[in-house]
Amino acid sequence: MIEAACATAVATFARLITGVRGEWRGCAPDPRPRIYFANHRSHADFVLIWTVLPAPLRRVTRPVAGADYWLKNGLRRFFGERVFKAVLIDRTVTRDSDPIAIMAAALDEKSSLILFPEGTRNMGEEPLLPFKSGLYHLAKARPDVELVPIWIENLNRVMPKGEFVPIPLLCTVTIGAPIVLGEGEDKGAFLDRSRNWLLALAARSRDDR
Amino acid sequence: MTVTQQSVALFSGVGVVLVVASVVGYVLHRRFSLESPSPTIDNLNSRIKAWWMMVALLGLAFAFGRAGVVVLFALASLAALREFITLTPTRRGDHVALAVAFFVVLPLQYYLVWIDWYGLYSVFIPVYVFLLLAAIAALRQDTQHFMSRVAETQWGLMISVFCLSHVPALLGLTIPGYAGRNLLLIAFLILVVQSSDVLQYIWGKLLGRHKIAPELSPSKTVEGFVGGVGTATLLGSLLWWITPFSPWQAAAIALLISLMGFFGGLVMSAIKRDRGVKDWGWMIEGHGGVLDRLDSVIFAAPVFFHITRYWWTV
Repeated sequence: MIEAACATAVATFARLITGVRGEWRGCAPDPRPRIYFANHRSHADFVLIWTVLPAPLRRVTRPVAGADYWLKNGLRRFFGERVFKAVLIDRTVTRDSDPIAIMAAALDEKSSLILFPEGTRNMGEEPLLPFKSGLYHLAKARPDVELVPIWIENLNRVMPKGEFVPIPLLCTVTIGAPIVLGEGEDKGAFLDRSRNWLLALAARSRDDR
Repeated sequence: MTVTQQSVALFSGVGVVLVVASVVGYVLHRRFSLESPSPTIDNLNSRIKAWWMMVALLGLAFAFGRAGVVVLFALASLAALREFITLTPTRRGDHVALAVAFFVVLPLQYYLVWIDWYGLYSVFIPVYVFLLLAAIAALRQDTQHFMSRVAETQWGLMISVFCLSHVPALLGLTIPGYAGRNLLLIAFLILVVQSSDVLQYIWGKLLGRHKIAPELSPSKTVEGFVGGVGTATLLGSLLWWITPFSPWQAAAIALLISLMGFFGGLVMSAIKRDRGVKDWGWMIEGHGGVLDRLDSVIFAAPVFFHITRYWWTV
């Protein structure tokens, strides 16, 4: 109850600040489990994705996030575990859990996942960092699940790192056509292909305006 | 007639026009869109629908009087500024300057308009903000494209906040024999300028042959321009009874603000072409962004304000 109210409040607030518009370019909303992979520049990235998803999809879509960040204090833990239902990944080197197994289990429970394959927030001038291998391993573990690219535009300008006041600029979330892991496609080729696919979507989202 | 009666008469007139437009749009939709979907007719109908919303909003603001109008245009400025800055390549070093622009400059400008401090609101952004925002940006020591970043932020404030705030500022003018009726000046300005836009569109669709600025806007034609500005001027002179002007004066002023409105559309189109976008935003269905709808009012408002202030106030 209170979780649902918080979720609605967060989405409404995000919409108010960013006027966010969701553009479906290449696939329609679908409640089947999917892996959404997006560029990562802000802590609020997945909130924006979540905001543009239709409510039934929002309920079954879970962000994959670092446990160190979301378990740091009670408030974050409440939002991370209860409101966003994040799939929390232990990012320490000495971890004993297998992150791919945890994500695959979430997909098996009919959840969709939001993944940031750059692995960390992009603070530089480059549009997109190289992808970490997690996306490949997950695609290999569940090869029949569609991988849907999402390009988030402008959110990094709303609230850059180290700033406290958000600037109410307009943001766009563009959802592109899905890809799947090719048969026998190796790790390097797949990570390059998926990254270029996301960059192509970024170029397209700008052309559309 | 009292100001309320005149306002009601005006809004009723606009309402009748919109009813006719809606009926025409519906008939066109039934006749042509059912067999094969037509983007032009769909766009026409969403534009008409958005006009209903905008007229209703303005009517609501009028009902609340001065406070309503100041708040409405402050919100319009906020929407316009966010559209402008969204398409401006600012950097992290601009963050504080932008926060000041949105959360200090904009509210303060409208507060000054609200308390009617003409001496300050007429120079606040062009002088003080002009100097101060550049200084704030300089303190962040990011020199890349510094000049163009600072200049574009200032331009955004001038267009979205300073110029637009001259619409509610009309309420502060003291015109002999016109006390308590200043809302009608706003009605005159908006009615003439927006009709000019719509009439240019209609004349252009009916008779348009020769393009004025094909590089900027393929829909602007000589025929549309002459027909639209001409009929808007005529409309302005017919509306003299709601203004402190004589019919001839009203016609001359209507001509001038229609021309300014035309230039506004042209300039704002040039910026859009440069940025590679078709619309400023997506807030008003069928029209695009707030800036797409208000570009003509933005260019006409300060000129209308100063003409009225110089020749008609005491």
